[in-house]
This record gives sequence, structure tokens and C-alpha cells, in this order.
Amino acid sequence: MPHLLFYLFAAFAVFGAFGVIINRNPVSSAFSLIACFVSIAALFIGMNAYFIGTIQVLVYTGAIMVLFLFIIMLLDLRAEERRPINLGSALAGLVVGLTFLAMAGAVLVRFPEGGRGMPDLASPSGSDVHELGRVIFTDFNFPLQIIAVLLVSATVGVVVLCKKELH
Amino acid sequence: MVTLNEYLFLSALLFAIGLTGVMVRSNVIVIFMCLELMLSAANLSLVAFSRFGAIDGVPIYSAQVLVFFIVTVAAAEVAVGLAIIVAMYRAKRSTDVGDMVTMKN
Repeated sequence: MPHLLFYLFAAFAVFGAFGVIINRNPVSSAFSLIACFVSIAALFIGMNAYFIGTIQVLVYTGAIMVLFLFIIMLLDLRAEERRPINLGSALAGLVVGLTFLAMAGAVLVRFPEGGRGMPDLASPSGSDVHELGRVIFTDFNFPLQIIAVLLVSATVGVVVLCKKELH
Repeated sequence: MVTLNEYLFLSALLFAIGLTGVMVRSNVIVIFMCLELMLSAANLSLVAFSRFGAIDGVPIYSAQVLVFFIVTVAAAEVAVGLAIIVAMYRAKRSTDVGDMVTMKN
């Protein structure tokens, strides 16, 4: 991936992420997060992970963020815009975030493998869906079944949670 | 050539922004969005390791399968979490974490 494109999408992702925590309106936050997710998907595709980039767009922006927007519209949230910002928690969040960043930076500076570039691929434009499918259905077959059970139980749980209580 | 450290630092930066958002914001829906952002940041470093650790021109597909599972679990988590938020809103008529003080009193 060329440097220019990497920095372009990285800047979009970081601006989107900042937009999520800076915007006072939850709808603006959700749209900033969509911009961030699409940029991250572009970075995935730049790393030849075509399938992961596609499901990032389909699942995250197509399903999850639409669900978020739907819930925001359903609950009609406007009250937060009038609330003052809690200075104590803002300061604590800033300190924790910067400390984490400093720690991660200190680790990365001492990471000897970190300076290397992308190795060339045997088939750069080849379909990785084929290979991923083979790995999922051979090495990760059992986790796949567990995920299926998890999804079914989550669906049942959501239905039970959303049901009006019977008195 | 973009190096592995640049991807990892971007991932750490997005994670730190998400962490800050979880602590700063008081709207539970925005906190939930920041959690999703942190998951996505972790995915970014997984895919970077998969691509940069390619052996004989073949990326490490196990890492990408892990990302696939993380996305699936995130989708299930969002469905359950938003259902809980709706139930909470029904009970308290608010989505502000400052109003959730049942355990405190």
C-alpha cells in the first residue's frame, strides 16, 4: 500500500474516531464512526485482506451502525446536548488515553520486527476467500459451531429482553 | 513502504481514542460505539500481523479467521447490548450513565 493512501485513510480513521467522542449529538457520533469503519476497511483492503475488508463494511457499517442509528431514532435522544461536560471524567479519560498511547509507543519503539515492510505475496490479486474458507472449515470448524450457538442464544436473548413484561 | 509499526501505532491510537471516549462520554449509546471502535482497532493490528508475517508469500490466515470471529461476536454483542439499553430506557427514561445509580444507593 503506498504511503500516501495509508496516511490518507489513517487520517480519515482518526478524524472519524475523534468525531465520535467530540460530537454532542449521538447521530453525528454514529456517522463519524461509519466514516472511521469505512477507512479501516480501506486499510484492510490495502493489506490484501479483501474478505475482511468486505465484511467490515457489510457487518459494521451495514448492520451494526444501522442498528445503532435505529435505536437512537427510536429513543429520540436530545437531552444530552444540554448537559454540561463533566470536567473530572474528561480529565481522567484524557490522562488514561494518553498514558495508554505512551505505553504502546514505548513498546513499539523497542519492537525490532516493527521496522520491516510488507513481504511480497505469492498471488497479490488472488482471492483470499477460498483460503479463508478452507482454514475456517478445517482448523476452525469447532469454533465455527460454537459461534453459531452463540448467535442463536444472542437472538433468543434479545427477543426475551425486548418483550414487554407480563404482569 | 509502510512498516508494521505504523499500522500498530494507528491501531493503538484508535484504541486510545475509544478508551478515552468510554471514560469521557456519559451517553451509554456513545460509550457502546466507543467499545466497537476499540474492537475494530484490535482487528486492525490482527490483520497487520497477518499480512506482515506472511510466510512464503502466504498471509497467516488464522489471524484473519480470528478477525472474522471477532466481528461475529461484536454483532451479537451489539444486538444484546442495544436490547439492554432499550430495556434500561424503558425503566429510567434516560440513557445517561449518571442516572444509573440503583447499585450506589
